[in-house]
Amino acid sequence: MPQIPMQTDPTEQPMIQIRGLRTHFFTDDGLVKAVEGVDLDIRANRTLCLLGESGCGKSILARSILRIVDAPGRITGGSILYHAADGRTVDLAAARPGSRQLRSIRGSDISMIFQEPMSSLGPIQKIGRQITETIRLHRQVTKAEAKEEAIDMLARVGIPRPAERFEAYPFELSGGMRQRAMIAMALSCQPRLLIADEPTTALDVTTQAQILDLIAELKDEFQMAVMLITHDLGVVAEVADDVAVMYMGKIVEKSDVFGLFETPSHPYTRALLNSVPRIGMTTHERLPAIRGMVPHPLARPSGCTFRTRCDHVMPGICDRREPRLKPVPGGEVACFLHDKETTDV
Amino acid sequence: MTAIDPASDVIVPEAVKAPALLGPWALMWRQFRRHKIAHFSLYVVGLVYLVALLGEFFAPADHLATNTRAPFAPPQGIHLFVENGDGSREFLLHARALKVEVDREAMRRHFVEDPEKPIPLGFFVKGHPYKLLWLIPTDRHLFGPIDPKQKVYFLGADRLGRDILSRIIMGTRISMSIGLVGVAVSLVVGVSLGGISGYYGGWIDNLIQRLIEFLRSVPTIPLWMGLAAAIPLDWPPLRTYFVVTIIVSMIGWTTLAREVRGKFLSLRKEDFVVAARLDGLSDWEIIRKHLVPSFASHIIASLTLAVPLMILAETSLSFLGIGLQPPIVSWGTLLKEAQNIRTIIEAPWLLIAPGTTIVIVVLALNFLGDGLRDAADPYAN
Amino acid sequence: MGGFILRRALYMIPTVFLVSIVTFIIIQLPPGDYLDSLAAEMGESGVDNTAVVEQLREQYGLGQPMYLQYWKWMTGILLEGDFGISFEKNLPVTDVIWDRLGWTFAISLLTLLFIWMVALPIGIYSAVRKYSVGDYVATFFGFVGLAVPNFLLALVMMYVAFRYFGQSVGGLVSPEYLDQPWSGAKFVDLLKHIWMPVFVVGTSGAAALIRIMRANLLDELYRPYVVTARAKGMSEFQLLLRYPVRVALNPFISTIGWILPTLVSGEIIVAVVMNLPTTGPLLLRALLVQDMYLAGSLILIVSLLTVIGTLLSDVLLAWVDPRIRYQ
Repeated sequence: MPQIPMQTDPTEQPMIQIRGLRTHFFTDDGLVKAVEGVDLDIRANRTLCLLGESGCGKSILARSILRIVDAPGRITGGSILYHAADGRTVDLAAARPGSRQLRSIRGSDISMIFQEPMSSLGPIQKIGRQITETIRLHRQVTKAEAKEEAIDMLARVGIPRPAERFEAYPFELSGGMRQRAMIAMALSCQPRLLIADEPTTALDVTTQAQILDLIAELKDEFQMAVMLITHDLGVVAEVADDVAVMYMGKIVEKSDVFGLFETPSHPYTRALLNSVPRIGMTTHERLPAIRGMVPHPLARPSGCTFRTRCDHVMPGICDRREPRLKPVPGGEVACFLHDKETTDV
Repeated sequence: MTAIDPASDVIVPEAVKAPALLGPWALMWRQFRRHKIAHFSLYVVGLVYLVALLGEFFAPADHLATNTRAPFAPPQGIHLFVENGDGSREFLLHARALKVEVDREAMRRHFVEDPEKPIPLGFFVKGHPYKLLWLIPTDRHLFGPIDPKQKVYFLGADRLGRDILSRIIMGTRISMSIGLVGVAVSLVVGVSLGGISGYYGGWIDNLIQRLIEFLRSVPTIPLWMGLAAAIPLDWPPLRTYFVVTIIVSMIGWTTLAREVRGKFLSLRKEDFVVAARLDGLSDWEIIRKHLVPSFASHIIASLTLAVPLMILAETSLSFLGIGLQPPIVSWGTLLKEAQNIRTIIEAPWLLIAPGTTIVIVVLALNFLGDGLRDAADPYAN
Repeated sequence: MGGFILRRALYMIPTVFLVSIVTFIIIQLPPGDYLDSLAAEMGESGVDNTAVVEQLREQYGLGQPMYLQYWKWMTGILLEGDFGISFEKNLPVTDVIWDRLGWTFAISLLTLLFIWMVALPIGIYSAVRKYSVGDYVATFFGFVGLAVPNFLLALVMMYVAFRYFGQSVGGLVSPEYLDQPWSGAKFVDLLKHIWMPVFVVGTSGAAALIRIMRANLLDELYRPYVVTARAKGMSEFQLLLRYPVRVALNPFISTIGWILPTLVSGEIIVAVVMNLPTTGPLLLRALLVQDMYLAGSLILIVSLLTVIGTLLSDVLLAWVDPRIRYQ
């Protein structure tokens, strides 16, 4: 069951405001516009799900926030305003890479967990060491205190015999335990935002559910915001408060979780929802798939990027201009079907 | 709002072209060309093998002909103009004859160039007769003195007055072919043993691995020295040549065998190999149709990198006097002439000329191998 | 860990056994033996010596079948530490070789140290600043280092040192110190000489290791755990040394295993050129005159020490990499 979204004051300032963000990859073969003009708000204490197929740029968007996009990727435009707890505002997009300011935010205010818990942990360093390292990086504590806190954290993420596991190497733990250790590490400095990049994709189904529950639980406990990146609608239904749907580097629809499932507005969102099996389907019924394939990243269609696969494409409109996010009941959508001006043209 | 039925109104997406998909070899070639030094080295290596093949044509003189009047003759420069009696300059491609000067203080003779005696040079000149490619009798040479009776030492002469340039060119044939033959031997041994090891596994794999480990864990030079020293000095040159080649090829095969084994092991579990087996292909067909093509490029790269190692090994053994023996001319036997410091100080070209040749050729081969290795996996990035 | 070391140590025994056999076969390969060349030499001076030679042959057991000779040699080594006799010098092999082996290994170890000190920082720099000017320079010198054979570099350096710096070349100490006891001045003189063979032998190894370190590190630099460390807020330098370099170091350490044999090999050739008092010239001479026990013992001991060095590198590797230890 989806959680009941907490009542938030719409006038309250979001914790993070992303405006017109562009992250481009300057590859040998050409320019890949992985993130192309994204506007997004991340609010305190809420879970935002970023939904999209692989390669749509959702991971790059998340990594852009922490400024950990690998070369040849680079932020080429837009801003990421972070409103810190002490009232200061920092434009993360403009911060110098590797600057002290940026580093003090990473891992402390905003932390991140990744898809592959095995390869995301240092392979030949003890788990405990990797957690205490994070703690001591951001806070003035002794080694003994850091160790105590780390063991405490390991216990809180549900790792049995935490003192023993503190001395373990990543390869000695199971996938689920590793992801728990990752979460313990990410939360060790009580961040205000946890970015989780497909944290359950590499895990088996039962472990997936446990990890999602754990994240939801800890979110309430730590009073933090969670940005969860996923391609799994089931995950969205389970944990999201708000949802943003991404396609080819753009956000095509923003909505709260109820709005998304009840009144999906964008043809892409609708197609995604249609491709999920439902109870009551007959076994002979074929699942509708979205027709066509995601265009090659170097060959972005002009106008609306989804038009090559859209069932409702309007020649002369969709290929001329790029649709912008426009408010609709329950959220915002970037589609000419919902754009009053288009019909007047 | 108009929803358009896609069936009734087919929209042809206007030229949205994905970049053309290239085949693996084309991709490799593209990747290889990006490595500019490797690309350049390809031409250098090609040229060197051409020189090896057509040695006598490129050599200005007979590399075995001695000249008692020119022991340790220094390199002679190539000049473009002669001065006439009236001070005017005239174009003439020439070298200058050497004359002997006696340094009375040091009581030593040394050669100086005599500007009064130009030796005209030309292309496609007549010289000593030979058979081009062991077949066509001719006496034309690419470059040299127009008068076949004149002698010019572009890179100097050794203690018997033999032309170093011609000796280096003829040595190219021996040294480069040792690299090739050695690599061929390594290829056969390495690929078969590595393939058996990786494909069948089990005790035979264990045995071969122990053998390789053994060969790699002992210092090779003393063992080769032992082997090479065991070659009787009175053996015919050709037999010595082959034995040295085999000794030298012992370096290469272990690396290659390991690589092939590793590839076999990892590929054996790949889905496409499993699928091929389920399709009923025999072991041999799987190896030939699926395994070999999938690592052929890696093998080519490793082989290219093995050639310089073998050339260096031959050079080292011949230098120590336990490899090839005169009258075979290789770069190693040439350097043997420069073994003691007195000789080097008196005639540095004995060291510099063959030394530079070796370094350039080995460099080019290494760059080439490096470029091939980078290109071998076009899907890596 | 103890079990691991024991297992690897036991592993050595068949290897060394194999080495001893191969060595013995190799030194037996040339037709004839030392006494034949001795007889030929004496024959030239006009002395009838058949009786003497036969007596010697009897004494050394040279007429016996090969496996018996091998058995005699091996039991001598294992039971009495007797490596046989050097025919040419007419001395027990043990009297001749220890000094020289000491120098060979001193130079090889110094070279290993030199290689590490050079290759580690340059390799890291080259990987982190990929395609920078510094990387290209390092890469280029790496290639040149690999392309120049040891002995050629030795000759060039000797020529340059002699021609332009007037330094005495060859040997490990200047001639005037040769027969003197060890003193501070002699040690300084040793340092002035020993860097050259160390540099010459080490260049190609350093070149190879720079490339290995660069490749290893490039493999690790873009791994997810590096991103994790960055996302934690570590500085680039800190995270570089603590994570990817630490991981890339393992294959680097395991290279000692194969670099040690090549160093010993390289040292042997360079020693011949530079006339160093090490095993190289002794071995070459012994091989050429078929002084078989001397040659065989040298090859055997050099190989044995190399195998031990390899064992040490394996232990070191297991010590730094928990993944290997736990296998």
